[in-house]
Amino acid sequence: MAADKVVYLDNNATTMVAPEVYEAMAPYFTELYGNPSSMHSFGGQVGVAVDRARQQIGALLGCEAAELVFTSCGTESDSTAILSALKANPDKRHVITTRVEHPAVKNLCENLGVMTGTKYRVTMLKVSEDGMVDFDEYVKALTEDTAIVSIMWANNETGVLFPVPEMAKAAKERNILFHTDAVQAVGKIPINLQELDIDYLSMSGHKLHAPKGVGVLYVKRGTAYAPFMTGGHQEHGRRAGTENVASIIGLGKACELAAAKMEEENTRVKALRDKLENGLLTTIPRSILNGNKEHRLPNTTNISFEYVEGEAILLHMNRYNICASSGSACTSGSLEPSHVLRAMGVPFTAAHGSIRFSLSVYNTEEEIDFVLEKMPAIIGQLREMSPFWPGE
Amino acid sequence: MWLYTDTVTEHFQNPRNVGEVENADGVGDVGSLACGDALKLTLKIEDDRIVDAKFKTFGCASAIASSSALTEMIKGMEIAEAEKITNEDIADFLGGLPKEKMHCSVMGREALEAAIADYRGEKLPSAEGEVVCECFGVTDVEISRAIKESSLRSLEEITNFTKAGGGCGKCEDKLEALLRQTISEGLQMVEIDKKPTRMTTLQKIKKIEDVLEREVRPGLRLDGGDIELIDVDGDFVIVSMRGQCTSCAKSETTIKELVEKKLREQVLETLIVEEEK
Repeated sequence: MAADKVVYLDNNATTMVAPEVYEAMAPYFTELYGNPSSMHSFGGQVGVAVDRARQQIGALLGCEAAELVFTSCGTESDSTAILSALKANPDKRHVITTRVEHPAVKNLCENLGVMTGTKYRVTMLKVSEDGMVDFDEYVKALTEDTAIVSIMWANNETGVLFPVPEMAKAAKERNILFHTDAVQAVGKIPINLQELDIDYLSMSGHKLHAPKGVGVLYVKRGTAYAPFMTGGHQEHGRRAGTENVASIIGLGKACELAAAKMEEENTRVKALRDKLENGLLTTIPRSILNGNKEHRLPNTTNISFEYVEGEAILLHMNRYNICASSGSACTSGSLEPSHVLRAMGVPFTAAHGSIRFSLSVYNTEEEIDFVLEKMPAIIGQLREMSPFWPGE
Repeated sequence: MWLYTDTVTEHFQNPRNVGEVENADGVGDVGSLACGDALKLTLKIEDDRIVDAKFKTFGCASAIASSSALTEMIKGMEIAEAEKITNEDIADFLGGLPKEKMHCSVMGREALEAAIADYRGEKLPSAEGEVVCECFGVTDVEISRAIKESSLRSLEEITNFTKAGGGCGKCEDKLEALLRQTISEGLQMVEIDKKPTRMTTLQKIKKIEDVLEREVRPGLRLDGGDIELIDVDGDFVIVSMRGQCTSCAKSETTIKELVEKKLREQVLETLIVEEEK
């Protein structure tokens, strides 16, 4: 492997813009720069292209194009959905979410009082040691006072999948609105919204090989909606502000590619992930898999290497241009390790030394072999230095 | 990503003096797994001079680099001289550390102090202090010293340097009192910036339990009752009345007039107390 080659295994953080996506976007910067809202055909043709992108995204999600609103990111989609549901149900004062949500949902739910001026009771569902929620406990939490349920489809740190279709069904049976942050799930697992009881779904472009700065909110036809920003009539008045045209075109193309590569994601990429995971767990003693092994994304693995610290591991990996993430305290800038691992009850001995590897269709077997070759020595070297390492 | 100096990176990648000195004359063991970093420093001392120093560190790149730097600095030094080394000296040796990582250099200095005290058979002054931050086991002596030595002026800086207050946050009031006291002792009156901090559920629970125990339970117990904290969900505090209180017609009033009022005054003014149904 070339010494300067980057081995990118941090695709849950962000992804490379696919070459086909970049190519599709390019004309919209330089040649087709018209405003989609303009009355002239120079701008109008851009509006047509934006609508085509909407169709492409609808095809991946199994919904109508008209049910999609373009936003700037996953976070905006999450906020818009949750706050819309609260506005639509002014008499309801209860929200259900989980303890392992992305900060986009977690921090919003913890600050609903400040954001809305109204007090809400928020149930944050516990997770088990393998990161799963207790379905019965979830159903019990649904009350007449519940305005919205917001539960992520796939966890960004562990890849664990929640039974979102069943959870949405249980909410629908009780006339409760259901939102899912599907930022990590879209493009990796099949989703067919027209068959599901999901009312709102958030996705983000840069997690599936489209650029950063574009997101989508799916709003089921007939569901309550309140715009997050006020201004022009773009997106039929649902999201003011001139469209991020090139990125939207890119996202459309990325969704088309994701649909075409979903099979590869769940076969070849999954096999690479399994090879990496099994290799690390067998060659490195005292290494532990975090999260349920069955119900999870095909591209993610989260492994704790006991008695060593995540930032130190990442910086040694960095010397070989291997990119991944850690749930350690030091990498977050706070002094406490990942809220996801802590919610799962992962002990401190393991939480500080957790590494998340997240693959994409652009990873190769050669790269995985390279990582498997380098990791044991990195962990071994740090353990030799650790005052807690009890030896093998 | 942290912006580390080349010296930090170099010491992290090629740490000097890793290991343990055999038959060490002084051992300094500081930090813990739970805290996220720990350092064991072992010294060989002859005629009050450090002839060898080795370390074992669990922690991030700057913790490892600080440990490596420390051993390089003290090898060959007289004990009397080594005693004067501050955490700032360690950070300077490395060309500086990101402010959030200053506690790594403090850990180095603490280990050195502990090793010297061990050599002399003395007790550490910091160990005699009172633990203020229970999450990271930091004493008032250590905190006051860091405030003085590094001219700390805010709670955030105290956390950056000592980790105190970086966990549950329950000790914030004590930290602020220590900060005021230490600064006024130094006769420098400086405006302390205290940002209104958002509490985590854990912090809320701890504070609420504290207030219930101190301000609520004694009164209820006089009447043969008690109160138990069941859950804290955002602003909602769910409690259950026990003993005589369960049958008391005034329990609703007690909850609203006494418990909620006290909690709003002392924990968070947006709290709503409800009885478990």
